[in-house]
This record gives sequence, C-alpha cells and structure tokens, in this order.
Amino acid sequence: MFRRAPDRMRDQVTFTFDGNPIVAAAGDSVAAALLAAGIQACRTTPVSGAPRGPYCMMGVCFECLVRIDGVGNRQGCLVPVREGMKVETQKGSYALPAEAGQ
Amino acid sequence: MMVGVESAQIGRIDDLAGDYDVVVIGAGPSGLRAATTASEFGAQVLLVDENQTPGGQIYRSVLRAQEADRRRLGEDYWRGRAIAEAFLRSDAHYSPMTTAWSIVPFHGESGEIIGHEVGISAAGKTRLIRTKQIVLGTGALERPFPVPGWTLPGVMTAGAAQIALKASGLIPEGRVVIAGTGPLLYLLAAQLIDAGATISAVLDTTPKANWRKALRYLPEFLASPYAIKGMKLLCSVLRRTKVVRWVSSLSAEGEGALKEVVWRANGREQRVPADILLLHQGIVPNINFSNALGCEHEWDERQLAFRPRVDKWYRTSVPGIAITGDGAGIQGAEAAALQGALAGLGCAVRLGLIDIESGERRAAPLRSQLRKASRGRAFLEVLYRPAESFRIPQNPNTIVCRCEEISAGQIRSSVDAGAIGPNQMKVFLRTGMGPCQGRLCGLTVTELIANERGVGPNEVGYYRLRFPIKPLRLSELASLPQSEAAKAAVLADLADTHPPKNGRGERL
Ligand SMILES: Cc1cc2nc3c(=O)[nH]c(=O)nc-3n(C[C@H](O)[C@H](O)[C@H](O)COP(=O)(O)OP(=O)(O)OC[C@H]3O[C@@H](n4cnc5c(N)ncnc54)[C@H](O)[C@@H]3O)c2cc1C
Ligand code: FES
Repeated sequence: MFRRAPDRMRDQVTFTFDGNPIVAAAGDSVAAALLAAGIQACRTTPVSGAPRGPYCMMGVCFECLVRIDGVGNRQGCLVPVREGMKVETQKGSYALPAEAGQ
Repeated sequence: MMVGVESAQIGRIDDLAGDYDVVVIGAGPSGLRAATTASEFGAQVLLVDENQTPGGQIYRSVLRAQEADRRRLGEDYWRGRAIAEAFLRSDAHYSPMTTAWSIVPFHGESGEIIGHEVGISAAGKTRLIRTKQIVLGTGALERPFPVPGWTLPGVMTAGAAQIALKASGLIPEGRVVIAGTGPLLYLLAAQLIDAGATISAVLDTTPKANWRKALRYLPEFLASPYAIKGMKLLCSVLRRTKVVRWVSSLSAEGEGALKEVVWRANGREQRVPADILLLHQGIVPNINFSNALGCEHEWDERQLAFRPRVDKWYRTSVPGIAITGDGAGIQGAEAAALQGALAGLGCAVRLGLIDIESGERRAAPLRSQLRKASRGRAFLEVLYRPAESFRIPQNPNTIVCRCEEISAGQIRSSVDAGAIGPNQMKVFLRTGMGPCQGRLCGLTVTELIANERGVGPNEVGYYRLRFPIKPLRLSELASLPQSEAAKAAVLADLADTHPPKNGRGERL
C-alpha cells in the first residue's frame, strides 16, 4: 500500500504489531510504521465492529487508535515508534481513557 | 538535521517554568513567527506543539528533510527551514510532542481576566502553565468529505498521504485514486507523482458552475503569485496522469477494505479497482480551542466554515487570547507567518515591552505584506467551493459521525423529531461525543441541520465544546501537581463530555 523512499530508510527500529515483528524507521509515527508495513486497519469500532485505519495522520480523527504496551486509546499517528514497542489492534470500545482507568 | 539549533528545546515538561509571558500553541508558520517575534522583544515565551519537530502542516518535518525531500516537495516547502531555524535560535522555550488540552482564565481582584492557565501533557505527564498572553496557531483541518464508504481502511485524506510522505518518506503504492477539489489537491498529486507514485486518476469534483462565478475574481488572481504556481501545478498533473473533471458523485466500495472507487461524471457512472483513495475538499479553521474558550465566532459563507472574530492584532473576544494563521480563517502559509508576527508584536505591546506607537510602526509593513499575500484568495475560494452534494450527504446511509457511526438519514430524522441544533443532536444521537469530539462531523452536522430546517448555518451554530479538547488519561490527570480544585474542574468537564457508556457504546 505504501513503500518507503529508499533515502528515508535510516536508523531502524523493531516493534511488534499483534505479536508480529515489524521494522520501521526511527522517527516514524506508529501509524506511519503500520502503513509502511502494509497494515491498513488498526482497530475495530465499538458500535458495529467495522475495521478502521488511520484517516488524517494529524491527530484529528482518532481512527488510528491502538493499544501500545498495554495502554489502549493511543493515537498511533502522534506516538513515535520505539524499539521493542508492543502495539496491538484496538478491539471495540473506546471505553474512554478516563473510564478505563489508564 | 537539527544539530546546533536545538538550544530552545525543553526535553521534559517537568523542566518548563510555571509562568510565562506568552504561551503559543502550534509550531506552524504562524505560531513559529509569533513566538520568535514576542521573544525578540524580551517576552518569556513557551511554544508547545504536538509534533516531533517544528513546521506545522506545510513545513512538517522540514528540519529533518534532505535534498531528496527538497526535490520531492518543492521550494515552498524548503523555505520553512528558515522560519523554523529562526525560532530555534530565539530565546523561546519549545516543548515538542506536547498536547495542549485546556485553557482556563484566572482573574484579578475586580474580576477581570488577567491571564490563563494552559493544561498541557507530554509523555504521560501533565502540567498547568500560567501565562499572561496566549497565541493560538493551531491551524486547519481538512474539511469532512462524507461520501459512502469513506470509513473503509484504504480511504484516507490527501493531507494524510502528504504527512506520511513528509514525515516518513512513504509513497502510496498500487492503484491510487485522488478525489476532490481545492488547490492542495493538485499540489499533493504533483508531490506524489514527483515522489514516484503512480496515480490511476485524479477525480476533480469542482462544479462547472464555479468557474463562471469565479471569473470576476480572475484578474486579481492573475496578478497574484498563486497564478503561475497554480498553472504550473495543474499542467504538471494533467501531463502525467488522467484527470476526470465534473465528477458529481463519488463512493468507495469494499468489504472491510477499499476495493473500488465509483463515480459519476457527465452523466455516466464509472468504477475502477483501487487500493488507496485520497480525499480532499479544502481545509477549514480548527476552532476547538476558540470554541471551548467561548470566543465569538461567525459563519464565513465563502469559506463555508466558522471562524473566530479577531481584530487587527488577531485578538479574539476573550482578553489575552489571540488566534493567527489558518485557525483564524484560511489564508495560506505566507499570510499565516505574517499574522503570527503581528500577533507576537501585539503581545509585546500588551506586555508593555514596546509602546503602542512603535508597535503600530512595526506592524505597518507587515500589514501591507499581508494584503499582498492575501491577493488572489477570493478566486480560489469561489472556484474551489465544494459542491453542496459533497458537503451535505443526500444518501441517507452515508456515515456522518465516524466515531459513533451515525448516518445522514438518522440526523435528518432527528431534526424532524426536534433536534434543531448540534448540541441537541449530541443528546439525540451522540454525534460529536466520540473521541474526535466532532472534528470530523461538526461542519457536516451543522450544514445538514441547516439544510433540513431551511435556515443558514449561522442560525444553527456549532457544537459547544468543552475542555479538555483532547481526551486525557486518568494517569495524566493524576500527575497534575496543581490544586485539587483545578483537578476537580477538569474531571467535572470530562464527565460531562464523556458520559459513561456500557459495553455496547450506549449511554447509561
Ligand atoms: C494536512 C494539511 C496539509 C497542508 N499542506 C500544505 C502544503 O503542502 N502547502 C501549503 O501551502 N499549505 C498546506 N496546508 C495549508 C496550511 O495549513 C497552511 O498553509 C499553513 O501550514 C498554516 O499555518 P498555521 O501556522 O496556521 O498552522 P499549521 O501549519 O497547521 O500548524 C498548526 C500546528 O498546531 C499544532 N496543534 C494543533 N492543535 C494543537 C494542540 N491542541 N496542542 C498542541 N499542538 C497543536 C499542530 O500539530 C500543528 O503543528 C495544509 C493543511 C493541512 C491541514
Ligand atoms: S490518523 Fe487521525 S488521529 Fe491519527
């Protein structure tokens, strides 16, 4: 779906998405790293369970919500990937952060 | 790289001072110039921004850019380096990857507003920072583009693709379709083609009738710097990809992900298989802060958006709050930078760092440059006014509120059942109650209600927003070192904006 310009693959960072290892470039947001790895959907909606993926990449739409290192409702497009990060599909309920007690 | 120019950067928000003369929110051209200017006059300035590096939308990641990026993105992009570097050389403090989520006034003895407390968070930590003056340089958002299937994975905004390109060097691959209207549509198409993407088609939704209406503004446009740039862009796209004009309807189809794009042009329906659909129909001011602050707004019929009322120093109706750049109305990057400088100057005057006469003297050349920079906008606004059918969905099944999955039909029937404004609609349907707080549906809901009621958007109004304007985690709130009263206020607002839900997402 997306490929990376060869001049932009500098320092590499490895993280996992739903347990699968993915290599990204340092400085990538989590959402960009997922798109670069061919992953388009990163969550399912609380209402109908439909899959959704990053839409705006600038912190506006909240479609990029994922679980990062066990914490739900993180905006993947605003969080830089880090070595060893554990990213997971966010399934359903936003159970808004305050309620989830995170 | 940024070596040698990072002196102003504060690594952790714990290291920020508790008080500043000026807090600027947003590191786009307007915020950068506002912060640099105020700091030049000796003000203690803090600039907070959500991104990793300064630049905002147009100059995103510009300090990380290499020659290859310069070739891909063009000279207008590269120019941002100077603005960002001048800011980093200033004495202003800079807190990147930091979100501002509330602004609460504090009062003097006779009840007048003497400053504000800004709630910010970064890396799970939260602070309340006091300041005398605030400049909001929070920019614009892409206008909602509610067409059937726009929630499918594989459908993104054109701006999103540009962000992926600027920040990570990502180039869309496979069958890529770009659809919509506005000057940025062709800029992005050109940038993606220059980067090596193959674009299957550009579907131009600009209505034919717009050309006739825009003609009277053409002479002024031709005299503006946009004219030559615009023509070059258009030609470079027309030469290198298929452009379909007069597209009057559009939808994305697929199960679980985008498979096909379907459109109608000149009375004929067509479909193509597609992996990526990039949508764009212009940008609108991001009014979340100004709305929650209670600043006065007005409906701008030509820009088809609400904008805060500002004076010649970009002050809003709330004392101590200025708004510059796209957030005050869409004018482009050059105007945003000039407005930022004016707002920074205005802060220096109000702080008593410079007298009003000298302030006016310095403002005069900025104002005349601003008039020049704004020339030609009228033509662009009239020509690229998105068609009503793409703003106010006719198909009742089209999703309007993406977070709560509310359709146009549900909204229309709720109007008939008595939800005559966006805030009633929240109660009826939970539109705008999801995590995006209406950013992606607000304008559509306003225009749908206005359309259904047969009145103007000004009469319908917009969602009344509350702080925090970005959802906070409890751990972030818990890390607030400030008074219990402040915490209680934030929690009360939080409960109000996000009423508890059961597992199915229904309100309890
Ligand atoms: C996606 C997109 C792409 C664009 N690309 C171009 C382009 O290539 N060329 C062009 O001429 N114009 C482009 N524009 C138009 C562009 O917005 C303006 O020309 C220019 O960037 C406006 O500058 P600004 O300073 O008003 O705001 P912006 O440049 O938009 O900067 C706003 C900044 O505020 C930050 N911010 C917002 N809210 C908060 C918050 N709560 N807390 C912390 N930080 C916050 C944002 O992260 C951003 O960095 C684009 C607009 C959009 C929306
Ligand atoms: S993709 Fe829109 S908020 Fe992250």
